[in-house]
Amino acid sequence: MGKGDVKLLGTWPSPFVTRVKIALKLKSVDYEYQEENLGSKSELLIKSNPVYKKIPVLLHGGKPICESLIIVQYIDEAWTDIGSSILPCDPYDRAVARFWAAYVDDKIFPTIRGLGMAKGEEAKAAVVKELKDGLVLLEEAFLKSSGKVKPFFGGDEIGYLDIAFGSFLAWLKVTEKYFHIKLLEEATTPRLVSWADSFCKHPAVKDEMPNTHKLFEYAQNVVFPMIRAAAAAAK
Amino acid sequence: MGKGDVKLLGTWPSPYVMRVKIALNLKSVDYEYQEDNLENKSELLLKSNPVYKKIPILLHGGKPICESLIIVQYIDEAWSGIGPSILPSDPYDRAVARFWAAYIDDEFYPARAVNRIVVANGEEAKAAAVKELKDALVLLEEAFLKISGEGKPFFGGDKIGYLDIALGSLLGWLTVTEKTFNVKLFEEATTPRLVSWVDSFCKHPAVKDELPDTHKLSEYAHNVVYPHLKEVAAAAAN
Repeated sequence: MGKGDVKLLGTWPSPFVTRVKIALKLKSVDYEYQEENLGSKSELLIKSNPVYKKIPVLLHGGKPICESLIIVQYIDEAWTDIGSSILPCDPYDRAVARFWAAYVDDKIFPTIRGLGMAKGEEAKAAVVKELKDGLVLLEEAFLKSSGKVKPFFGGDEIGYLDIAFGSFLAWLKVTEKYFHIKLLEEATTPRLVSWADSFCKHPAVKDEMPNTHKLFEYAQNVVFPMIRAAAAAAK
Repeated sequence: MGKGDVKLLGTWPSPYVMRVKIALNLKSVDYEYQEDNLENKSELLLKSNPVYKKIPILLHGGKPICESLIIVQYIDEAWSGIGPSILPSDPYDRAVARFWAAYIDDEFYPARAVNRIVVANGEEAKAAAVKELKDALVLLEEAFLKISGEGKPFFGGDKIGYLDIALGSLLGWLTVTEKTFNVKLFEEATTPRLVSWVDSFCKHPAVKDELPDTHKLSEYAHNVVYPHLKEVAAAAAN
């Protein structure tokens, strides 16, 4: 199948798009990438994801698949014979991986946004604590799934939860820098600190993560001001 | 494996618990059911789902699985040789089923559409909320046409599947909404395929004994759920 068969619509800062890129790299899938402008969405994006009009959208043979974690599972199943499995093989381990991936989307990611919206030092400190408590839960989950020996949530190889959570690492670093806080630390999340390092160096990951410096500028100039404006407008 | 190996913690009004019951029925799994009390959660519940402290929780050989759609997929995979497949076999069809099930949980119910009717202040706001819900059902009708195939009774085609379970589990609560607010949500004029789907779903052997008593559900809605939703909305507005 040629490269033209697989197309990814995305934006460079999106951690959700990064998830898909990593999964495609793991399965050695050749694809065409189209950078979208969310201020002026392409016809293809709107037609392919009419319900949400959001990226990432994966097009395979012209058929669209939406929602990053659904796309990652699709990639795992459509290219099942290539490379290693993204989801674990055991049904219970799969359920656990799905649970924590959903937790990242439901609790971790919105809390980063919440930090942007918090007004005043006290409110910010409360959100930081919430975020750090959440990361400690993921540290405990890591210990349960990988023990003291394996480098990734997926064991020896990166898997579904590594991708789901790891795709946020650039944003976590940006958030730490922007708010002058430490989120992943030796004191509270030592295993996650080494995991983050291993993950970012992984051959399927290192070229897919956005440049942290570029991302910081984008966060500083565009994203956090937008979040603050939205918070002010909500009043 | 004995019945003791599979335990479901739930509450009778929960549509999410109903999803799990239907999936267990489809796979002919014997299980022990424990009715939990959300005002006074059991030790087992708290220990099994420390992150969210919510039901449903499936315990299999003592190991907990949480989140209804994750549990349904687990059941499909753990008992994969038995009974019908819950998820479709084709990867693309699976992605489509997962997409719409996530839509149902993220957009349609409860946060966006259904609850908005309850907390809406005034007739205009209520009408707007009802319209939003009906528009969402039209989207699901279109999805049904694309997914199920010509003349098939279920989203899963000839047999009920993942998306049937995800949406069908909400029917009791949708009926309560219709009665409370005197609206018709599923109508021949706008959602004809879904109207017949509702009928087929409710009659399905894996479903019919799990349907909640709508009258009892309505009382529970008025006495417990709606006041709580209004309280939360009022607190958020302040």
